[in-house]
Amino acid sequence: MQNDQLTLAPARGPSGPRKGRALPPWVSTTALLMPTYGWLTIAVFLPLLTMFAFSFLSATPMGKAPIIFTLKQYRAFIDQPYLVGIGITSLLIGFWTTLICAVLGFLAAVALVRSTFGKTREMLLILILLPFWTNGLVRVFSWTMVLRENGFLDSLLHMVAPDAGSIGFLYTRYAIVVGLVHGYLPYMILTCYIALVTIDDAIIEAAASLGARWWTILFKILLPLAAPGLISGAVLTFVPVIGSFMEPRILGGRVGVTMGTVIEDQFTQAFNWPLGASLSFTLLAVVLAIFATFSGVLRRGTTA
Amino acid sequence: MKSLGRFYLIATLVFLYTPILVMMAMGFNESQLYELPFTFSMRWYDALWNNKILLTAGMNSIIIALITSVLATALGTMASVALSRRTFRGKSLLQLMLLPPIAIPWLITGTAMLIFFYWTGIGRGMHALLIGHVALAIPYVVLVVGTGFRTIRADLEEAAMSLGSTPVHAFFSVTLPLLYPSILGAALFAFAVSLDQFVISYFLATPGYTTLPVQIYSSIRKGFTPEINAISTVLLLGSMTVILIFARFAKPGDTSDKR
Repeated sequence: MQNDQLTLAPARGPSGPRKGRALPPWVSTTALLMPTYGWLTIAVFLPLLTMFAFSFLSATPMGKAPIIFTLKQYRAFIDQPYLVGIGITSLLIGFWTTLICAVLGFLAAVALVRSTFGKTREMLLILILLPFWTNGLVRVFSWTMVLRENGFLDSLLHMVAPDAGSIGFLYTRYAIVVGLVHGYLPYMILTCYIALVTIDDAIIEAAASLGARWWTILFKILLPLAAPGLISGAVLTFVPVIGSFMEPRILGGRVGVTMGTVIEDQFTQAFNWPLGASLSFTLLAVVLAIFATFSGVLRRGTTA
Repeated sequence: MKSLGRFYLIATLVFLYTPILVMMAMGFNESQLYELPFTFSMRWYDALWNNKILLTAGMNSIIIALITSVLATALGTMASVALSRRTFRGKSLLQLMLLPPIAIPWLITGTAMLIFFYWTGIGRGMHALLIGHVALAIPYVVLVVGTGFRTIRADLEEAAMSLGSTPVHAFFSVTLPLLYPSILGAALFAFAVSLDQFVISYFLATPGYTTLPVQIYSSIRKGFTPEINAISTVLLLGSMTVILIFARFAKPGDTSDKR
């Protein structure tokens, strides 16, 4: 409808009709869209297709070696059983990170909505979100300062108990989870906050005046109403976490072997691109399955 | 309950900021091995000033971020005009196509780019980084400018045209000035996205052409020096400034109509 108005409007104007000048609207629409979608095609869509094709090759095509198509890269989980363990590790790290983020983030969002207002709330929200938009690598690196032996955590402990040993837990899976929670908590707080802030205060007052205790309000009113925010926050945490590789590398050291680091290795160390491609696509399938499952909730979350 | 909530929020902020502040403080500590007690020193900033590799990588990052910002803002704004103001078939599909660069883990996108660029002969290096960064920034630009469009009434443009303005003139004299804050916000956003991008850059950089995050990553893995703390502090403060400026231009959650 708007298109018709756009082209008809000048004809109604006082300067008279300008016949023969106006192109059909689809021409300009296409011209406006072409650069963006052309760019995305070259930078994202064609690469993904190429990687899909690569995942069926038997070896990285080098020089004159013949190109052989095979399904063996997708059998990697059967042929190399240690990959199953690594896959489970990745899923567990993703699960714990998401769960801890959800609990901490939901409570923080409730606290924001119920205990603060006006300028204070705005300030707190900006302070919470600010780290999210800074370099993730640097934030992960900063945890090594805290968690290493004789790091900040140990210094704090030794102030209280000078003879205590080290409680630094750098290069463990706990360290990886702590670093990841730190990275994605602001996002979870934001999605829960957006869901909670629309709740009418009258609902909670009504519940309270009818004798509901705080835990009843929390679990029977706030939690169900925040569910869309919690779910979209959980999806948007879990997906990048199972694809992460620098957090496990830096915080996990030798125990930090995940799907992410295995894929990275195929491209930077082992030079087995077809295996890397098939593992990437397996990961992508998991990601797409998660998005498909929660697409309804996610769509409501983004358009609200 | 109110004070408990506030206490919890303060605890959350302590969790979020402690490692960052510790990291920054260690950049001013004399000891190379991050040993305490703390002795104030500018030694690592002096060292940083003479570290050509890190400074070059930093310069590369800024140049890439600037070019990315300009290109992504131009392309993204054009697409946003079509997606916000035109109706055509397949529009929801096109909107859906903006999601993969944001939603698919960068590890997958980055390795896919590496394979494709290698296979087609595009190769790695600055141009490859630019192709990747612009693609990642475009969706954010479309979203930010699209939000701006929603706060501007379409009938203002129509009013201008019914008074004799051409569509192009109406767009440039009515819509664009109203859209200006969103476009500027989108440009800053694109700049920040590019400046902080590590994963894509990591796969597309060459030994001779790296960006700051890639250089920081390899330094961390090699066994690090407090110079990394110094440059990290500079980088953090830089991106925080950009984001705070962005927050001023495009207030998150600001739904007031600009009429």
